[in-house]
Amino acid sequence: MSDLLKNMIRFAAFILVQVFILHKIPPLHRFVVPYIYFLYIIWLPFSISRTWLMVIAFVFGLTLDYFLGTPGLHAAPCVLIAYVRPFLVNMLIRQESTEQSYGSPSIHSMGWAPYGLLVFVLTLLHHSYLVALEWLQFKESFFYFVGKVLASTAVSMVLILVTELLFYRKERYRTNAA
Amino acid sequence: MRNIFLFVRRYFNFLFFLALQVLALYFLFRYNRFHEAAFMGVASEVTGRINERYNNVDHYFKLRKSNEILARENLYLRERLRENYQPADTSVQLVVDSIRVDSLLKFQKYHYMEAMVVGGFVTTQTNFYTIHRGSNQGVRVDMAVIGPTGIVGRVVNVSNNFATVMSVLSRQFRVDAKLIKSGERGIVGWDGESTQYVQMRNVPKSTEVKRGDTVMTSELSSIFPANIMVGTVDTFQTDPSSNFYTLKLKTSTNFSTVQYVYVVQNSQLEEQKLLEAATKKTNE
Repeated sequence: MSDLLKNMIRFAAFILVQVFILHKIPPLHRFVVPYIYFLYIIWLPFSISRTWLMVIAFVFGLTLDYFLGTPGLHAAPCVLIAYVRPFLVNMLIRQESTEQSYGSPSIHSMGWAPYGLLVFVLTLLHHSYLVALEWLQFKESFFYFVGKVLASTAVSMVLILVTELLFYRKERYRTNAA
Repeated sequence: MRNIFLFVRRYFNFLFFLALQVLALYFLFRYNRFHEAAFMGVASEVTGRINERYNNVDHYFKLRKSNEILARENLYLRERLRENYQPADTSVQLVVDSIRVDSLLKFQKYHYMEAMVVGGFVTTQTNFYTIHRGSNQGVRVDMAVIGPTGIVGRVVNVSNNFATVMSVLSRQFRVDAKLIKSGERGIVGWDGESTQYVQMRNVPKSTEVKRGDTVMTSELSSIFPANIMVGTVDTFQTDPSSNFYTLKLKTSTNFSTVQYVYVVQNSQLEEQKLLEAATKKTNE
């Protein structure tokens, strides 16, 4: 399957899972909102330029927003993590090896620790920005902000771990011939 | 000039990032203030269709519950028919205290349309429903939406065949309500905590409130008809620093199982709004 087709299917799948499964679950607590859709942006190939990464993230976030009736609320954090992702990837792995020889970030291509750190930092960034936008609108206490960011991050990390184990992506080793 | 181009090229990614952020935030704040979002009409047609597909399946799991609720509502309405009441004494005659319905039609203030809920969620701080009726079927922005058991929300966006309804479980939703026993009014809103409770503010402490008291929409709410159930009093906090109660109401509508709703049009709303706007102008 080509990369383009694979990512288009993922686009639809992540949106549908987020809207029709995770947002249908009766809320446990108001702090716990299960988010996983932004994993799509983390899974995009290394080879996409930073500009395009942001465009894709914006469209992706906005698509979710139109389903949830909040235009812009998810698009803004998505663009943020798309902007930060290349910096983090450069910091976490050696330039010459992985980025050129593997398609996209995964446990297989980056290793457990760097990939885990990448996901954790991006999740935390995403949730902080998202909750901050909400927090500004509703004039809540600071505890609301911290509590919701931490609780949502924890839930997201568990969900991402399960997803990674269920759909283990064995990255193809890219050769020059390809 | 050359330096500007160099600067733009050097920081293109960062400037592009800022531009996208500004665009996203513009969408968000414009929507929060006016509830009109860019491309929302087109988008809700598409999301509405997809929601409808999902709902075709989801629908069956809630049918039993919604049938029960509708049957109970029918029962309530049937109980109110005149034919049901017959005193033993034939000298007593029941008379409906008004003219016949046919001649009343031109005075009808609230018009009802039934609609099916095709999408919705209660998991976030601003929750919405999508209903399968849009501007082609006569739904307009700011119409009230009520269910068989009580208020549901307010229409905020319409496309040709679908409409988005802001549910009572949204932080921006407000409705004027009254305690049915004393007639004391207050404002009902949601604090975002539990999907089964809403808050009623501005009820004076002189009011006698008991657990289980019924709260209904008041006559002052211009979009909702009066006397539509909101909920019952669950607990009330007495904050010593204020002269008002904050009542915690158990909602009469179960927001996660809403299936059929009524969209209510207030045909005299426009006139009322014009007059209110004119009055505001004279006061300035």
